[in-house]
Amino acid sequence: MKVLLVAEFRNGSLLGSNNELVGFAQKIGAESSMFLVGDTNKLPPFDGTLYLADASTYDEFNPDTHKKLLLSVIDTVKPDMVVFSHSSYGWDLAPRIAFELKAAQVSEVVDVVDGLPVVPVCNSKLRRQVQSKTDITIVTLQAGAFGTAEEPSGTPNVETVTTETESSFSFGGYEEAEQGGVDLSKSDIIVSGGRGIGQADNISMIAALAKALGGEYGASRPVVDAEWAEHNRQVGTTGQTVSPKLYIACGISGAIQHLAGMKKSEFVVAINTDKDAPIGEVADVLVVADLKQFVPALTEKINNL
Amino acid sequence: MKILVCIKQVPDMESKFKIDSAGTWYDHADLAWRMNEYDEYGVEQAVRLKEQIGDADLTVLCIGSEKVKETMKKALAMGCDRGVHVADDNLSSREPYEIAAIIAEFASDKGFDLIFTGMQSQDRGSAQVGVLVAEILSIPSVTTIVNFDYADGAVNAKRELEGGIRSLVSVKTPALFTCQLGLNTPRYPTLPNIMKAKRKELISIPSEDLLKIEPRQQTEKIYFPEKKGGGLVLEGDASDLADKVIQILKEKTGVLA
Repeated sequence: MKVLLVAEFRNGSLLGSNNELVGFAQKIGAESSMFLVGDTNKLPPFDGTLYLADASTYDEFNPDTHKKLLLSVIDTVKPDMVVFSHSSYGWDLAPRIAFELKAAQVSEVVDVVDGLPVVPVCNSKLRRQVQSKTDITIVTLQAGAFGTAEEPSGTPNVETVTTETESSFSFGGYEEAEQGGVDLSKSDIIVSGGRGIGQADNISMIAALAKALGGEYGASRPVVDAEWAEHNRQVGTTGQTVSPKLYIACGISGAIQHLAGMKKSEFVVAINTDKDAPIGEVADVLVVADLKQFVPALTEKINNL
Repeated sequence: MKILVCIKQVPDMESKFKIDSAGTWYDHADLAWRMNEYDEYGVEQAVRLKEQIGDADLTVLCIGSEKVKETMKKALAMGCDRGVHVADDNLSSREPYEIAAIIAEFASDKGFDLIFTGMQSQDRGSAQVGVLVAEILSIPSVTTIVNFDYADGAVNAKRELEGGIRSLVSVKTPALFTCQLGLNTPRYPTLPNIMKAKRKELISIPSEDLLKIEPRQQTEKIYFPEKKGGGLVLEGDASDLADKVIQILKEKTGVLA
């Protein structure tokens, strides 16, 4: 089995998720090479051939040129599998490659069982084992699913790749996340509210419990999208990654993107009416209750201690 | 301007799922169905664009059995002008490339200037269909957008990246966009618009007329993930539960010590 790993580079830096690609190749026992649009002065630790294109020529993001570069490498390497992270870069580029190669793409792989990739269905409530019917298969890996025990090491053998720069996309750089306000990553105690809080006013109930515990309140994505809480309070892939001593998740079902942002918390209490909600997977204690009754009751008792 | 919005009908994710008799998908019985959340942002963006430029015709397309028409009516009530139902009773066995091939075959001779899809569906979640449609049609696609700004045949979009960073990408039409949550605030259809939607054109095309390729992957089996266990499940009266949780926090964490 020969795999080609597609590494990522953003804002002049290699992404940590690149290590998970190496972890995946190790897990399935595959011979691997790597492709990267990056910087020759910032090589990833990797023991093998790195096909490197220059990000200052092709931009860090450009689906047209990156597609052409990667296709030329695939033509050289002839891998059985092309492996991406299931990230804003990976899920964007992978289907373009799958289309050109007439290959099956299996998205958001969390495991490999009996040699077949396994992916989540319905917000991770179910798992699906998939059989590709094409000679070459494209996969994207869920963040955190294939961590390596130790950091990869080695210095890659670099092969430079080039292509023409014509493109229908114009990349205009980045806009940083809003700064200022609360920094949840520094908080030891976080009480977060999710869609289950029901309405904007109920965020005060979450804030009151956080205050009683001497912590900060956070929110899941739907709550921030609905503008019930500011973006700097969002916990998850597109918000903050936190690792407090105590995390209390109120009315949060536990979408993968949220779990990725809080699963390193030391102790997790989840309050949810749905006993089967995926948040239960990471919770030390799951309280099956209506949070509108339970949270004020808990807050009052803590304040009276 | 001609605009296509592709939507999917999915079960409410809070549902209690069961596995179907073939063991390859969830059972459709006893589920509540709704519009895929990501697609609501696509419908809203298309309707807003029509409000901005005036001269636009919005087609909403949905693949599935007869019951998906209920979800299509919501899109029509939100402001789409006409509906195209691709009748297919085997939607759950279709892989992303088949879905994309059906949509692209329909769109190939219609001259759409803009196509909107959700960035992924809530049930299958492949995040492939939109990009594949654009690749088949040889038009550019921009994924995971949280901002959309159209003027004079060009779009400036913002893509959402990890950690809340956004990247700026510009393309010329025709182009396809896959919509991320938070792109806008999808409207609730008003009662007069719900009534008006009942009179809008809604045609059906059998999927056999549009599906001309073979699947490239199949589901071996579907199953429930193993419960990791260890977690304590507490049920009962709110006040008693609060006492128990305080006790646990005292014992297991330094928080209330």
